[in-house]
Amino acid sequence: MITAERKPFDEILALVGDKKKILVAGCDTCVAICLTGGEKEAEVLASELRIKAEQDGTGAEVEHTAAIRQCEWEYLDMIADKVEAADIVVSMACGIGIQSMAEKFEPKLVVPAVDTNMLGMPQEHALWLERCGACGDCVIGETAGICPVVRCSKSLMNGPCGGSHDGKCEVTTPEKEDIECAWHLIWERLKAQGREELMIKNRPPKKWNLSSSGGPRKMVREEAKLV
Amino acid sequence: MADADVKAPAAEAAAEGGAAAPEAADEAPKRVVDPDFEPEIIVFACHYCAYAAADLAGSMRLQYPTNIRMIKLPCTGKLEVIHLLKAIEAGADGVYAAGCLEGECHYLKGNLWARKRVEHVKRLLEEVGIEPERVEMYNMSSAMGARFAEVATEFTERIKALGPNPVRREGVDAHAAAREALGGVAMPDDPVPSAATSEEGHAE
Repeated sequence: MITAERKPFDEILALVGDKKKILVAGCDTCVAICLTGGEKEAEVLASELRIKAEQDGTGAEVEHTAAIRQCEWEYLDMIADKVEAADIVVSMACGIGIQSMAEKFEPKLVVPAVDTNMLGMPQEHALWLERCGACGDCVIGETAGICPVVRCSKSLMNGPCGGSHDGKCEVTTPEKEDIECAWHLIWERLKAQGREELMIKNRPPKKWNLSSSGGPRKMVREEAKLV
Repeated sequence: MADADVKAPAAEAAAEGGAAAPEAADEAPKRVVDPDFEPEIIVFACHYCAYAAADLAGSMRLQYPTNIRMIKLPCTGKLEVIHLLKAIEAGADGVYAAGCLEGECHYLKGNLWARKRVEHVKRLLEEVGIEPERVEMYNMSSAMGARFAEVATEFTERIKALGPNPVRREGVDAHAAAREALGGVAMPDDPVPSAATSEEGHAE
């Protein structure tokens, strides 16, 4: 699923500026599951903004709402009245939802309240780990179901490198926590699967033009088009 | 009981206020503490412990400030971030959750979740420029009537020293707003058989 983290409050305040009718719009799909931008979180941010406005005497009115999915036109229709009535929409959806909102209601001012950060897996309650880089050229059929693009710190296609020690990467997270070496995990699972030979297979340079490096991507399903 | 001599809260707060004033002069401009200020404090009390402890405090004829107004919950684990924020937004000068002793929650971990949420709300309040000390988490058992009175007194003194909630508005009932925010989560109050643990009567 798509995950996001809320921006610092000051950054949101700066984006809101001196607008008087503020709508905080949550999205009840991915960002709700990752406890960042669903209706509950939209209500919390709206409450914070009201408390701040009351203290500063700005007279701003803040409301909240949530779309079932901000990335689909039909669901945006359902909150259109509230959006139209606002001077600014503070969207808590992922980057896709925010852009859908901005496009649907152009020229309405739509600003993000979250930073969309990854395609993550909920490893346990309140913990998400990156699992996919949406690179457009999936290799995990040969890497034991472990993605070297996002799980190897160097995105190596022919790992491990010399920085793998006792199953840990030489790189640590910004919080200085260990990172599992993806190629160590791949090796262990390939062994368990009896497919060790895949470890020494040389993988030529990947087709990165299928990832975001190739410009904005587009997908069409002709057979599914309506007319 | 150890704290049977709970002090008169107003006098205590005035003394606190008096002591706080000189430091305030050196630092950034601070609110003037009004010795007559009577804060409105919302207590989210767990049915299994704090609420029963309040009853016990009453039976023990312990005195505690009438500033606190309780809302009974089946467990402090039902308390969400928005409930605490809404109470502050509606003008409550202070809000605290009172749950079971850690490790003693009737639902195992509700009180631990509540503590995390209270800590989170402290951070949110800091972001919006409200003193995080206005929210707190306390733990007590149903047998700790004296502790209940002590916490009520301590917290009231703390809020008196802080002064009114800057977003407090006339005519807004913070207790009613907090109860409304809780929706069906809040439990009805037990009937109060007789008055009152203090001169003006028990808050609920």
